[in-house]
Amino acid sequence: MSDGPEHPHVHRNPPRPDQDDTLTYYRALEAAVRELLVEKGIVSAEDVRRQVEEMDGRNAGRGASMVARAWLDPAYKERMLVDGAKAAEEIGLDVGPLKLVVVENTATVHNVIVCTLCSCYPRNLLGLPPDWYKSRMYRSRVVREPRAVLAEFGTVIPDDVKIRVHDSTADMRYLVAPRRPEGTEDWSESELARLVTRDSMIGVAPADKA
Amino acid sequence: MADALPPRFRPGDRVRVREAYPIGHVRTPYYVRGKQGVIERLCGAFPNPEERAYARPGEPLQPLYRVRFLQHDVWSDYGGQSVDVVEVEIYQHWLETAQ
Repeated sequence: MSDGPEHPHVHRNPPRPDQDDTLTYYRALEAAVRELLVEKGIVSAEDVRRQVEEMDGRNAGRGASMVARAWLDPAYKERMLVDGAKAAEEIGLDVGPLKLVVVENTATVHNVIVCTLCSCYPRNLLGLPPDWYKSRMYRSRVVREPRAVLAEFGTVIPDDVKIRVHDSTADMRYLVAPRRPEGTEDWSESELARLVTRDSMIGVAPADKA
Repeated sequence: MADALPPRFRPGDRVRVREAYPIGHVRTPYYVRGKQGVIERLCGAFPNPEERAYARPGEPLQPLYRVRFLQHDVWSDYGGQSVDVVEVEIYQHWLETAQ
């Protein structure tokens, strides 16, 4: 690209470099294994595409439907707190081999989720994790100064509320059940589910206001 | 189903995380090594990831616990409230009874 007379205008936002222009070791490994699997007829290219589409298509609405059900049905909530994966299956959500722990925010306890080792996240119920969840900054700081990190998200936790940070280091995945907003007493399950945002189920925000 | 080691701890037991620094794939975060906490729950038994990471079966299965630590016990300069906790999943072979 030339800045000479043939190219007189100014690029205020230079193009970002492509992220797929280097064949790193692991990219080469992925391509080699995938091509071998396709060549041997173990999976098809269509299977791979469909699976990626399905993973990308999951969103936090799945987790939200569990929380809304729990707000309306105390017996369901109890079952959900005992075995989150079973409670997901109960309302028709396929979570595969996921081991899910649901933790409940109350007037006296606020929960927040992190994976300090990598970026474990209940993708089956929340979709793909936000970039900040995978950042070293969030992962290293939220275990050490959770109140300061939450305040940066606009979530100020009163001094008399206990903070429980959950570091998902091994085989469990975590979902926060946020508190039900006031003024929603006669709301339907689908109306309630709309208040249950992704961030509220990670624990960095309350559910949306009614 | 592969054999599982019997659980040595119960919810409420005080435990200490071994202060060890082996090389390789380890799921015990540095910040809790050598720290004391309380068993919150038994999560089940799972293949040992320190073996699995190197294509070995990781059997017998290791009991996995959630261990609750007071933040003040983990970070000596913790700036939050004294009731604040951090809960971490730790495999049994990293835990010993607290003195």
